[in-house]
Order: sequence, then C-alpha cells, then structure tokens
Amino acid sequence: METVLAVVIGGLYAAGLYLMLRRSIVKLILGLAILGHAANLLVFTVGRLTPSQPPIVLPGATTPAEPFADPLPQALILTAIVIGFGVQAFALVLLKRAYQTVGTDDLDEMKSTDT
Amino acid sequence: MNALLVLPILIPLATAILALLFWNYRRVQRGLHLAGAAALLAVAVGLLVSVWHQGIHATQIGNWPAPFGITLVADLLSAIMVVLAGLMGFAVAVYSLFSIDARRESFGYYPLLQVLLMGVCGAFLTGDIFNLYVWFEVLLIASFVLVALGGERPQLEGAIKYVTLNLVSSALFLAAVGILYGVAGTLNMADLARQLSLVDRPGLVMALAMLFLVAFGIKAAVFPLFFWLPASYHTPPLAVSAIFAGLLTKVGVYALIRVFTLLFVQDTGFTHQLILLIAGLTMITGVLGAAAQQEIRRILSFHIVSQIGYMIMGLALFTPLALAGTVFYLMHHIIVKTNLFLVGGAVHHLRGSYELKKLGGLYRAAPGLAILFLIPALSLAGVPPLSGFWAKFALVKAGLQSEEYLIVITALAVSLLTVFSMMKIWAAAFWQEEEPVQAGQEAASTADDRSYRGLLIPVTALAVLTVVIGLLAEPVFALAERAAGQLLNPAEYIKTVLGAD
Repeated sequence: METVLAVVIGGLYAAGLYLMLRRSIVKLILGLAILGHAANLLVFTVGRLTPSQPPIVLPGATTPAEPFADPLPQALILTAIVIGFGVQAFALVLLKRAYQTVGTDDLDEMKSTDT
Repeated sequence: MNALLVLPILIPLATAILALLFWNYRRVQRGLHLAGAAALLAVAVGLLVSVWHQGIHATQIGNWPAPFGITLVADLLSAIMVVLAGLMGFAVAVYSLFSIDARRESFGYYPLLQVLLMGVCGAFLTGDIFNLYVWFEVLLIASFVLVALGGERPQLEGAIKYVTLNLVSSALFLAAVGILYGVAGTLNMADLARQLSLVDRPGLVMALAMLFLVAFGIKAAVFPLFFWLPASYHTPPLAVSAIFAGLLTKVGVYALIRVFTLLFVQDTGFTHQLILLIAGLTMITGVLGAAAQQEIRRILSFHIVSQIGYMIMGLALFTPLALAGTVFYLMHHIIVKTNLFLVGGAVHHLRGSYELKKLGGLYRAAPGLAILFLIPALSLAGVPPLSGFWAKFALVKAGLQSEEYLIVITALAVSLLTVFSMMKIWAAAFWQEEEPVQAGQEAASTADDRSYRGLLIPVTALAVLTVVIGLLAEPVFALAERAAGQLLNPAEYIKTVLGAD
C-alpha cells in the first residue's frame, strides 16, 4: 500500500509542477491545489499505514487499546486541508480580479512589475 | 500558564476582532489599531525584560505535557523579535493614519494589519514545528490580502507572484514537516532536537535539512530564491511595503536560525558551509540588482535581499560572536529598513513619484527629510557610529576569527556598493537641482502640511532609535550576545520546554 501511495504522491507532485509551469493563471492555481494535496498525502503516508484500531480511550482505561493508529498525522492533514481551502479560495478571487484588471490570463503578459 | 507568552498573540487577535465589529466606523478602527499596537509593544517589552531576568519562558497550552501538547516558548531571540514586531506595528500604525486612503481603510486594512502582527508574533513564540507552519499561513494570508488590497494593476500582478511562490514554499515546508514526523516521531522542537541526534540515518536527516533550507529560503528571499521579492514588494502602498520589508522576510530568517541552531546541527561542516555560500551570493546579487534600478522602492527592495545575506552569514559562521552579530543585525535591519521605506513614502508624498529621474532638489525643499533619509541610509551602509556599523563590525570580526576571508571580503565590498546605491538616491532625489516644474507636476507637490508632518513622526522616532542603538551599542550587543549564547547551547531551551527529566 505504501508503494502505491508513493507512486500516487510522485504523480501528483509531477502533475502539480507541470500545471504551474503553464502560462495560464487558472492552470497555475490548479497546480498549486494539486501540490497541496500531494503534500497532504505525503504527510498521511509518512505517518505509517497500519491496520489497527482507532485511538479511542475506552471507559475506565487511561490509554487506548493496543494496537492503535497514530492520530497525529490525520490531525495535521486536517489542519493543512483547512488552510489549503482558505488559501485556494483567496487565490481564485485573486485570479478573477487579476483577469478583470489586467485583461488577460496569460502569465507572460503580467510582467510589468518584474525587474 | 504564562500570560506574557499568550498576550502577544491574543492582543492582535482581540484588536482585529473588535476592529471587524466596527467595520463601518473607520475612526474607531484607527483608534483600536493604535491602541492594540501600543499594547502589543508594551507586552513585548515586558516579555523581553522578564526573559532577560528569569531565563527562557515556556508554557503548555491546554496543560498537556510537553511533547504532546502545543508549546509556546520565548528565549531571548524570540523576545527580541516580538519587541521588534510590536515596534514596527506601532510605527507603521502611526504612519498609516496619515497615508492610507479611505478606500483601503474601509476594506479592512487595520484588522488585516493586526492579523499579520498576530501571525508574526505566533511564529516567533511557537515551540512546535507544525504550529510554525500554521502561523506562517496566518501571516501569509493576511499579507496576501494586504498586497492585493486596492486592486491596482501592478498590485495584482505582484500579488500573483507573491502568492504563488509563498504557496510553493508552504507546500515544501508541509512535506518537510511530514517527513520529519515520520523520521523522529515528534513535532515539538525541543523534543526534535533530542530525537534527531538519535536518528542513525544521516542521509535522510540531511535531505530534511535541505528541504527546510529551501522552504525557509524562499520565505527569507535568499539567493537563488528571491525573485518574487523585488517583483512584488514595491507594488502595495508604502506603509504595507514598509512592514513587509521590516518583518516578513525576517520571519523566514528567524525560522532558518531556529531550525539550523536547534534541529540540524549534526553535520555543520556541510550545511553551514552551504549556507555561507548562499549568504555570499545573496549579498552580491541583491546589491548588484539594486545598482541597476532607478526607482526608490525597487532599490530598497533589492537591498532587503542583499541584507538577508549578512544575517545568514552570521548563522553560517556559527560562532558565538557571529550569531550575536546576526541577532544585532536583525535588530538594526528591521528598524532601518522600515524607516527607509517610510522615508520613501514621505518623498512620494512631496513629489508624487518614486522615479529618481523625476525627483530632485528635495534638500532645498525639505532639509529635515534629507537628514532623516541620511541617517538610516548611512546606517544601512554601515557608517559608524550608527547601528549598522556595529552589526557589520561583529560579523566581519567573526568572519576573520573563523578565517573565512572570502566572505569577509564579499561583505565589505557589498557594504561599499550599498553606500554607492544609497548615495545614488541621495544625489538624485535630494542633492541634484530640481528640473523645471511642468504644469502637471505642480499639483502633486502641493502636499497638505498636516499629514506630511504626521508621516515624519514615526520616521523621526525610528531614526532616533537607530542613532541610540549606535551610541549605546554595548548594552544592546550584550543582549545580542546572550541571545546567541542561548542559541548555541540549546540545553536550557530543551530543559525549559520538556521539564527537568
């Protein structure tokens, strides 16, 4: 299972980077989104995939019953997904305003601020 | 729970929320913003004094014991940075009152600035590497909106570059944090410092170090990852540029210092040598980029890059004196750079342009402003007795002690080039005869006096601070030295966070 996920993550990184290298802003933002998902999956996979129980402390016990899955990577991904959504929502609005103001979605024509 | 550690985050948060409640009342927002920034500064100074007297502070949020819960920790470096954040927040708050237009104010400029300050303070105070990521995102989202606020064409173009590069850096940072957790099984930085020395896979740890170097390197704008900075920093209004220039890249530098003094110290021969190389190249490219520019804000933007090189140089040399130099440089640079941008804004207020070719004769028109420009400009270049001289002196001396002559020569040559480009601004904007005024330019130069004098309040205060740091270099340097001592001996940091076991 780890091998499959490793290949998927690699594919997502490649796809994200490829999209970011295109000239259209829409593809740039899609690329950023995919890159974010690749990072999330990476965190998930690195947190070890084990066929074990959810880490729930039963009544009366002080520790969860062994063996239990590590909940921390999932908490990290949850946070990262929420942040990612927020940032992507902002990026989409920025894209729309930039398209309206500049009048093009071609990144090669947005270089008046480059030095 | 130690209130001093929580308040620098809570005060900006509370101020931002209160300001949002008064969305339609711009006067109330201004008052709240000023009060919030002042309170933040006061608490930050209290924190610094307390850390100086009682050593490193740590507090566990929600009372979970250290490696499991979220830790807030302040050593001297964090405390100094929080004080600087409060100081810049306050200076820019005063400046904004006189320079930000009503349209931006009514779109939530002040709450955003407070959220930015919250993110910055959080990043300085957190003791948990994943929380560092979260705070980075908080300050980034606020800064994204601040860059784009106003919606002018150059702003939006700059914002796209700024947003893209920062998101790439965040994705890299997140991946690095994930792998780090897989390798060491913890995210608490003090615990990581212990666990990483036990990991017997040096190749993997080195790969992680490089991932962090790239992720923070983008945020700190080091060579060769700095191109987004000069493409975006000069586009928003000056008050925003100034706080970005002063604080945001320095958060990246802070993260680099934290990670490469606490976590990745296994193979300093390789990592810190690499950082040294990056430092040299950053200095050179930044200053050469500045030499090619003819616009005040762009020149200053490139100089941010060049100055980052000096800070990284101290980290790379990794001796007590060098790290003290880095801390001193951070203090000096944040104040001076913000000040230079603010002076640039005052110039624009008088003449309606940033282009050196369209300026001139300002020395005659506003001799006070000319002096106020000269102080931070000379300090940036490292002319004694201003603060920049002592910062560079410490770094050069540390370089000589470590026998890294090449970097010392680079640093000195870059200082010379810095003088050159500061003098370019001075000569073109202040010294040179004014071109005959055309009919169109007349309107721009008739500035109303009240807001102009208001702009000069923070500029003067920061200039005085630069001189004071220069004249009282000894106590300030003692502070930097102690901060460096804490960085080089992380035992106290680890013990304070994890308890005495």
